Amino acid sequence: MTPILEVQNLHVAYFAPTGQLCPALAGVHFDLAPGEILGVLGESGSGKSTLAASLLRLLPSNGKIQQGKVLFDGINLLEASPQNLRKIRGGRISLIVQEPSSSLHPTLQVGRQVSDALAAHKPLDRSTLREKTGQLLSTVFPADAERISRSYPHELSGGQRQRVLIAQAIACRPSLVIADEPTASLDPTTQQEILLLFRTLTQKFGMAMILITHNPALLTGFADRILVLYAGRVAEIGPTATVLSSPQHPYTEALLRCLPSHFADERSVRKARLHVIAGDPPDLSLHAKGCQFEPRCTDRMEICKCDEPAGAAVSELHNVACFKFAG
Amino acid sequence: MQPLLRIENLVKHYAAGRSASSRDKLAALDGVSLSIAPQTTLALLGKSGSGKSTLALCIACLERPTSGSIWFEGVGVTALAESERRRVRPQIQLVFQDPASSLNPRWTALEIVSEPLLVQQRFTKQERIEKTHTLLDRVALPRKMASRRPDELSGGQKQRLAIARALALEPKLIILDEALSALDCSVQAQISNLLLDLQSSLGLTYLFITHDFAMAAHLADQIAVMDRGRIVESGLTEKILSFPCHQATRSLLAATPSLAETQNVLVEL
Amino acid sequence: MRYLLRRAMHTVFLLFGVSILTFLFSALTPGNYFDEMRLNSQISPETVAALRAQYQLDRPLPVRYIHWLNSVAHGDLGFSFAYNSPVGPLLWVRARNTLLLTATATLLAWLLALPLGVWSAARLGRAPDRVLSWTTAALLVIPDLILALGLLILAVRTGWFPTGGLVSVGYETLSPLQKLRDLALHMALPVFALVLSALPMLVRHVRASVAEVLDAPFLRAALAHGIPRRKLLYGYALRAAANPLISLFGFSVGALLSGSFLVEVIMSWPGLGPLLLEAILARDLYVVIGGVLLSMIFLVSGNLFADLLLYWADPRIRTAASAK
Repeated sequence: MTPILEVQNLHVAYFAPTGQLCPALAGVHFDLAPGEILGVLGESGSGKSTLAASLLRLLPSNGKIQQGKVLFDGINLLEASPQNLRKIRGGRISLIVQEPSSSLHPTLQVGRQVSDALAAHKPLDRSTLREKTGQLLSTVFPADAERISRSYPHELSGGQRQRVLIAQAIACRPSLVIADEPTASLDPTTQQEILLLFRTLTQKFGMAMILITHNPALLTGFADRILVLYAGRVAEIGPTATVLSSPQHPYTEALLRCLPSHFADERSVRKARLHVIAGDPPDLSLHAKGCQFEPRCTDRMEICKCDEPAGAAVSELHNVACFKFAG
Repeated sequence: MQPLLRIENLVKHYAAGRSASSRDKLAALDGVSLSIAPQTTLALLGKSGSGKSTLALCIACLERPTSGSIWFEGVGVTALAESERRRVRPQIQLVFQDPASSLNPRWTALEIVSEPLLVQQRFTKQERIEKTHTLLDRVALPRKMASRRPDELSGGQKQRLAIARALALEPKLIILDEALSALDCSVQAQISNLLLDLQSSLGLTYLFITHDFAMAAHLADQIAVMDRGRIVESGLTEKILSFPCHQATRSLLAATPSLAETQNVLVEL
Repeated sequence: MRYLLRRAMHTVFLLFGVSILTFLFSALTPGNYFDEMRLNSQISPETVAALRAQYQLDRPLPVRYIHWLNSVAHGDLGFSFAYNSPVGPLLWVRARNTLLLTATATLLAWLLALPLGVWSAARLGRAPDRVLSWTTAALLVIPDLILALGLLILAVRTGWFPTGGLVSVGYETLSPLQKLRDLALHMALPVFALVLSALPMLVRHVRASVAEVLDAPFLRAALAHGIPRRKLLYGYALRAAANPLISLFGFSVGALLSGSFLVEVIMSWPGLGPLLLEAILARDLYVVIGGVLLSMIFLVSGNLFADLLLYWADPRIRTAASAK
C-alpha cells in the first residue's frame, strides 16, 4: 500500500538570537499508511512540536527547514507553492496545535470559527455552511451543540475547547490529522473522552493520524505504531505493543522504567525511589558528535561517542537507531 | 498521634451571577473533612472543578472559608485574627502546577528563593545567601543556576526552584497542587524522588493534589477522592486501589491510562 | 444598564468639578474684561463701574457661580462681553465649524491608518515596514505648528488653496456644487494638517497591536486551517487587536473639539479654537467657561463611547462585567 505521508531525511534548525543555528531535528525518516495512527513519543526538547510544525511549514520565523522531503500524496510539501500549501493546510492535512486555551480566537463565536475553517476550503452558500457547521459540532458535542456554537472560547472548559479544535480540524475531511499534545492540560476522564473521539472519527472517516505526546501510557490501545523521538532524531519506531512491552532502544527502555508501577498493592514498592534517566536532555546547540543519548546511556560503547547510529531493523516493522543492533 | 492538619466541615461559597448577594452561589467546597498525620502524604484526587484547588487555598490560609474549621498542629486556624494567621502561614507552603507563572520571570533563581527570607525580615543578608545556597543544594540545583532567570531553566529545574522556595521558611506542610502534572515522565520521576528524599530528611508532610492516580498511588500513604466539593471516599492507598467504592473513584481509576494493559483500553465511560 | 447610569453620574460630577475649576481659574487670573476699558480714558469710571455691576462682576465668586449655574439650567450659557451676544449661539456656530474639520480629518486618518498599520505589521522588520516607521517617526517629531505653517506657506506660494477662512467671499452666490467645491478647497489644507499630525501615532498603534497579535497561537492555528491571508489579517488579527484601538478611537472622538486648536488658529479656520483663544486673552469669562465645558463634554462622551464600544466588541469584557 502506498504510504500517505513519507518524511525523508528531515533536518530542521532554529536561529538563536545570537545568530547561531541550533538543530532541532536531524535525519527524521518515517512513513505513514492511510488510516494509520502513529504515536510520536518525545519529551521536552525532543523536537516533537517542531516536527508537527515542519510538516505543514508552520515554523516560527526563526525556524529553518534545512533539508529533506515531506511527500504527501506525491507532492513535496516543502517545495509546494503558497497557494497549494494553503489548500493543503486544513483541507487535506490538519494540525491541532498544542494550546487549546489560546488556539481559538478570543472574540469570535466558536460556531463562526468552525464555519471559517470549513469555508476556507469549501465555497458554500450561507445556509449550507450553517447546516454543515451544525453537523460538525454535533459530531463532537452530542448534546448542546447549538448552545456551544454561540459561545465564546472563554466560556468553555478545556475539554470543550479541545473538541472545538477537533471540529475545526476534521471540517474538511482531511486525510491526515496531526495532533500535538491534544490532552496535555485535561484531566484523565476528559483525556479518555477525547481519545475515544479521535478513535471514532479516524475510523469513521478513514483519516490517518499522528498523535504527539510525552506520556507513553496514552498510546496504549490507541496508536498502531510508535515513533520515539530523542534529541531530534528517531530513536525507535515500531508497532505499539512491541515498543511498549519490549523496547529496544536504551532511551525507550529507560523512559518506560521511569513510570510509577501503579496499582501495585505491595507496600514495599510504594514510596520507593523511581528509576530516573541519569543526566539531562542534551543541549543541541553544542553540536555534539556521536549518539545524542550516549552521555546518559547505560549500554554505551566506544563507538557511540564518535558516530551516530543509523536505523537498524530489529524485526520486519521494528527499527532502532542504536549501535547495539547495527550490522 | 495528633494529626498535623485537621479539617472539619469546610464550606466555601463563591458568588456566581450578577450580584454578590445573589442566590446562585457556587459551592466550591461543600462540607469537607479530612486529617493528615505528620510526616505522611495524603493524595487528593478529583476531576477538574471538584474543588481541589479551592481546598488548597483555604488550607494555606490564602482564602477564608465560608464556614467550618481548620486545625493546624492542634491550633484552630480559622478562628485566629489576621496577625496570628500570619504566623501560621509560613508553616504551610504551596507549590503550583505551572512554575512559569508562579516564578517572577525578572528575578534570578537566587532572588526567587531568598524572597521569603527577605519578607520575614529575620535574617541578615549574609545569612540569606547562605540559606539560599543550602536550599539550592537540597533540591539538587547546581550553584551556577543561581544567577539564571526562570526562562533559562528547564521545566524540571523550575519546579525544583519552586520547591526550594517553598522550603525556605522551613514549613511543616507542603501542598503540591498538580506540581508534577506539567512535567515530562522522566522529570516527574526525578522530582518524585526528590520529594521523597525531602520528606524523610526534613520530616515534611505533603498534601499532594493531582488527577494522576498512578503517581498518587506511588507517593501517597492515604488517598482522598473529591467530587463536586465533597470528599466522597478516603482511606489507605492500598484499600482505595483494591476496593474503590464510589463512582467518582472508579471512573478516575478507569480513566487513568495504563501501560500494563496493552489491549484496547479505551472504554466508554 | 447600571453601568451606563453610573458613568452618566460620573460625567455629571466631572462637569460640575470642571466648571468650578474654570470659574476659579478665571477669577484667579489677574484682571478682568473691564480693565481694558478702564485704561481707556474716554470712558468714565462710573460707566465702567456700572457695566461691572450690570454683569455682576463685583459680586463674590460663589454667588456668581450659583447664578451662572442657574442660568445654565435654563439653557442660557451666559453673555459674551466681547461679542456682545449670548454665548450659546456663538459657541454652536464655531463648534459646528470645528466638528466639520475634525470629523473629516479623524475619519480620513483612521481609514488610512488601519490598512497602513496592518500592511506594516504583516511585513514587520522588512524594508517596507522600516520605511514606514521612519516616515511616521519623522512626522511625529515635527511639531504641528511647523506642519501647519508649512502648509500655509504652500498655499500662499502656489495659490492652489485659499489661505484661510471657511468659505470665499460671495459664497452665497455659488451653485450647490460650486459651494461644495469651495468648502472642500478651504478645508483641504487644515484637514491635511490634522491628518498629518494624527496619522503617525495611529499607524504606529495599529501596527504595534496587530504585530503583537500576529504571534498569537490562535493565529497560527487559523493559518493551519488554511484560512486565506486577507481574512487572517483583517478578520482575525485586526479583530483580536481591536481593544487598544477601540480605546484610541474613543479618544479620537473625544478630541474632536479640542484637538484642532492650533491648526485652526494658524489657518484662520473659524472654529472653537480661535474663539477660545480670543476669549481667554480678553477675559471673556462666560465664553471661556462655555467653550471649556463643551470640549469637556465631548472628551468625556468620547471616553464613554470607547467603553461602550469595547463592551460591545469584546465578549470577555461582557462576561467580566456581568460577573461583578
